[in-house]
Amino acid sequence: MQTQTQTIRKAFRCAFPHTLPIFAGFWFLGLTYGIYMNVSGFPFWYPALMSLTIFAGSAEFVTVNLLLGAFHPLQALALTLMINARHLFYGISMLDKYKGTGWKKIYLIFGMCDESFSINYTARIPEDIDRSWFMFFVTLLNHLYWFSGATLGGIFGSLIHFNTEGLDFVMTAMFVVIFMEQWLKEKQHISSFIGLGCSVVCLSLFGADHFIVPSMIAIFVLLTCLRRPLEKGETVQ
Amino acid sequence: MTVFQQFIIIGMVVLGTVLTRFLPFLLFPAGKPTPKYIQYLGKVLPSAMFGMLVIYCLKNVSIFTGSHGIPELLAIFLVMALHMWKRQMLLSIAGGTLFYMLLVQWIL
Repeated sequence: MQTQTQTIRKAFRCAFPHTLPIFAGFWFLGLTYGIYMNVSGFPFWYPALMSLTIFAGSAEFVTVNLLLGAFHPLQALALTLMINARHLFYGISMLDKYKGTGWKKIYLIFGMCDESFSINYTARIPEDIDRSWFMFFVTLLNHLYWFSGATLGGIFGSLIHFNTEGLDFVMTAMFVVIFMEQWLKEKQHISSFIGLGCSVVCLSLFGADHFIVPSMIAIFVLLTCLRRPLEKGETVQ
Repeated sequence: MTVFQQFIIIGMVVLGTVLTRFLPFLLFPAGKPTPKYIQYLGKVLPSAMFGMLVIYCLKNVSIFTGSHGIPELLAIFLVMALHMWKRQMLLSIAGGTLFYMLLVQWIL
């Protein structure tokens, strides 16, 4: 029999390596974000507070502009809903995985950023590891990386000079690997192609700042139309 | 903007983010059976979302100017090759990233 502490410790040890690429990526992005806040004239506790409470990278970058502009709270809310609409699809995908995780569920949902979702969805968690603690630590570590990066960036601001050009590619590399992991697991690749295809088409049509919501709609419509053949494929193989 | 107004703005962004994350779990609580259609979406959406996230990371790459997306393309090929060879997540990611940094800092 394992004691509770042993279970928790084992889950932490198992979860930690999965978060290492995110440590690199979040420190880089978090520092950048903190520095951006710093040079925009905000004291360090702004990025600290925002990284802790918002914990959604792209929304936080946009918030800097919102804070510098005129006071439009409803516009801020609407803009955030648009930027973060993709979380709705993450939630639908995690309904089952987050089931039965007890009190941790609230935090797992609160911290469901792109990276936490991707790791928690694809990770091959060994049988003897407690799933809910594993996912809890993935989320918590990601949250800590982002918070510490943003806070340090806010404190040291423009004092930081080191050549990190290209380090942001760590996030791209991680999502490529996650995409491949899913590819190797799935029986058919139609949905993967739909995701890539719709995003590329919408990116070229609507541009970098406005393609997420149209892509989501296109993905949603196509997957709904293809429900029958896709479900059949599930049961045949 | 006053500090109080800034707090309201931050609060609105928190509210918006929390809403997008919690809404599916509130609409389809664990105690009740989830509709078949939503279960289906939950199964097929992740693959599409991972595809979208890859494109999302590359959204600012310009094919027609600068280095034409060549460093990104080469580094992604390396990530894929490494991952097919060893299937070690950290190795694939670290290898691809270091290679990309080398490319953009020294060569292209």
